[in-house]
Amino acid sequence: MIFNLSVSPHIYAKEDTRSIMRWVNFALLFPIAAATYFFGLKALILVVFTTLIAILSEAVFQWLAKRPITVSDGSATTTGILLALILPSTLPLWMAAIGAITAIVLVKGLFGGLGFNIFNPALAARALLLASWPVAMTHWVKPLDTITSATPLFLAKMGQAVPGYWDLFIGNRAGSLGETSVLMILVGAAILLWKKIIDWPAPTAYLGTVALLTFILGKDPLFAVLSGGLMIGAFFMATDYVTTPVTTKGRFIFGLGCGIMTVLIRFYGGFPEGVNYSILFMNILTPLIDKYARPRLFGRVKNK
Amino acid sequence: MKTFARGIHLPDYRKKATALKPIQELALPKRVVLPLQMNLGCPNEPLVKIGDEVVEGQKIADTSKFVSAPIHASISGKVTKIERLPNPCGFDVASIVIEQTEGAGSKAESRQPSAVSSIEALTPDEIRKIVREAGIVGLGGATFPTHVKITPPADKKIDTIIINGCECEPYITADHRLMLEKPADIIYGAMAIAKAIGASRIVIGIEDNKRDTIEKLTKALTSISLLPQGEGNGLPAGQAGVRDLMVTELKTKYPQGGEKQLIKALLNRDVPSGGLPLDIGVVVNNVGTAVAVAEAIKFGTPLIKRVLTVTGSGIKEPQNVLVRIGTSFEEVINQCGGMVGDTAKVIMGGPMTGLAISALDLPVVKATNCILVLSKKDVKLFEESSCIRCGRCIKACPIGLMPNFLADFTKLKNWELVEEYHVADCIECGCCAYVCPSRIYLVHYFKVAKKELQLRKVVCK
Repeated sequence: MIFNLSVSPHIYAKEDTRSIMRWVNFALLFPIAAATYFFGLKALILVVFTTLIAILSEAVFQWLAKRPITVSDGSATTTGILLALILPSTLPLWMAAIGAITAIVLVKGLFGGLGFNIFNPALAARALLLASWPVAMTHWVKPLDTITSATPLFLAKMGQAVPGYWDLFIGNRAGSLGETSVLMILVGAAILLWKKIIDWPAPTAYLGTVALLTFILGKDPLFAVLSGGLMIGAFFMATDYVTTPVTTKGRFIFGLGCGIMTVLIRFYGGFPEGVNYSILFMNILTPLIDKYARPRLFGRVKNK
Repeated sequence: MKTFARGIHLPDYRKKATALKPIQELALPKRVVLPLQMNLGCPNEPLVKIGDEVVEGQKIADTSKFVSAPIHASISGKVTKIERLPNPCGFDVASIVIEQTEGAGSKAESRQPSAVSSIEALTPDEIRKIVREAGIVGLGGATFPTHVKITPPADKKIDTIIINGCECEPYITADHRLMLEKPADIIYGAMAIAKAIGASRIVIGIEDNKRDTIEKLTKALTSISLLPQGEGNGLPAGQAGVRDLMVTELKTKYPQGGEKQLIKALLNRDVPSGGLPLDIGVVVNNVGTAVAVAEAIKFGTPLIKRVLTVTGSGIKEPQNVLVRIGTSFEEVINQCGGMVGDTAKVIMGGPMTGLAISALDLPVVKATNCILVLSKKDVKLFEESSCIRCGRCIKACPIGLMPNFLADFTKLKNWELVEEYHVADCIECGCCAYVCPSRIYLVHYFKVAKKELQLRKVVCK
């Protein structure tokens, strides 16, 4: 009789990479639903299209690079959805396609694929799109309408009237597809927190730092938290496993750094919003944080 | 409830199949294989030669080295072989084979119970001698010679004896049954160990999924008369006797039975990194060891049998059995109804830390606390996928290591970083690999890394 001789442990938790990605994708359905409601079928088409391009480019790239094809792990789907959710609903599909290919091939695949990318693929692709087509990337429309409108943060920067808290909360304001409805982002985030797929340190530190610094600077902290891409950034980008630190301590520091950068860009930078660049900036610091924010070793402090 | 930091909650302990089954003594085996080394430390030299008649309980191998434990014949018969034979630990070990001769089955060495059967009348040195001569080692699986453990260096003051009744691995119920069936012996053994060491406190730690044993032991404790606080009883300093004896309930969490985790949970003391429990005044013994000590003192019985759980989806009649050391796995499994047709894995030990074995002609050794037989449905083969840096391994590690980085450094053969990230502190509990969603064989890498560091140290000397 021939026995299996694999090393211990001989039992495993049910959860694997696929099931984790499935839960993340499921949680993202809520912001997608909000985007479809507020920006119409066009938004849904953009999400589906971007996601399909992301999956396709992953498969093609892996085939060309002679690597195992791993689209079934669901990570390309997540990247595609996340990218679409931070694009304006009016963006031409071909630009979204370039974004998806950039995210998958340039930011992820060329660095070694899942687990090896330095930057958040969706955010890095968005930064590239913004630099390449700044007008198309900032062409916002009013929800449930086609009238061109400015985002609340832009209005605030210009000193104009901004939407009320309730509209900000449910998502009745101009902005990227998935960033507008705080409510739906929180529903998705609650599911991931409940399933212990994401944890508290990064989002809490991020939101808390932004609120506190905004308050210190004499601005409205609640408005600061509800507007822009902060919510989707804090719960879905600053919690990305691959590009953020691995320890609880490290994740807290990551959130703190993101918060400081966001406030600096919002109030002292040229852009109305800073979530995208803040997280990308902190992505660079992740290896450094990992090096120093280690857990306490058992028995390191000697007893007397 | 008391516990330690991190670790994992297991959804299903699968102990039900055997927890309610009393320990059954198996029929005498016709043949036993006794490896000359069944303990951590030094191997023994045979005291018999091929052709010698031996009787049950006779010492057949010993050494003058301190960190070792002698071997005794577990059946009466004739020595037929002394040669290197396969061992469940994965390598060949010089072993003595004893085969039953006609009519010799019932002969037993006329044992000499220690003249005094009360602990009070024995000196610490006498207790240590009895324990050593009985060949007792840590029966939780580590097999460290017990007489060494109860001989603390003169500069270390041990105040507490912990008796480990956690049995935190899934499937295993051998200690559970011992606690139910021999509570008095466990306490007796613990008292003897405390006397040998001069400790004044005994704490028995049990997880709360074994409430019945907590009740049983607590009840057994009431019959023990302790010395009143501060009373010296005329004994030399450090041997003042046990003043405090208690059973403490612990949270069911893996690895609660790990020595460091158990001490942390019960006493809130940290075993220093690279150090031993005795550095912080503690000695930990398994309940099985306590019973063995009690039997050695009361009846002069050497360690020739042990209790183990035979269980898993691949076993027809899962049960707890009392087995002669040296009995082959095959014989034990056959006496438990045999295996189901699609058996895929046989493990010595539990599912979290046990060793998968390659063949059934291996002997039960002093370390064998469980034979776990898994059928195909419980054995999955995984291909590692790349680390997604989710951090679950770090959250699970009870030692505070970063398993993800340690695995990377091992793959890169960067031994300096492996050492800097404290691989030597790893207790190989398997929590990290259990939770890893990428199914990375983390424990495998750590075993490789530890071995490599060990070899490099030797070379450097």
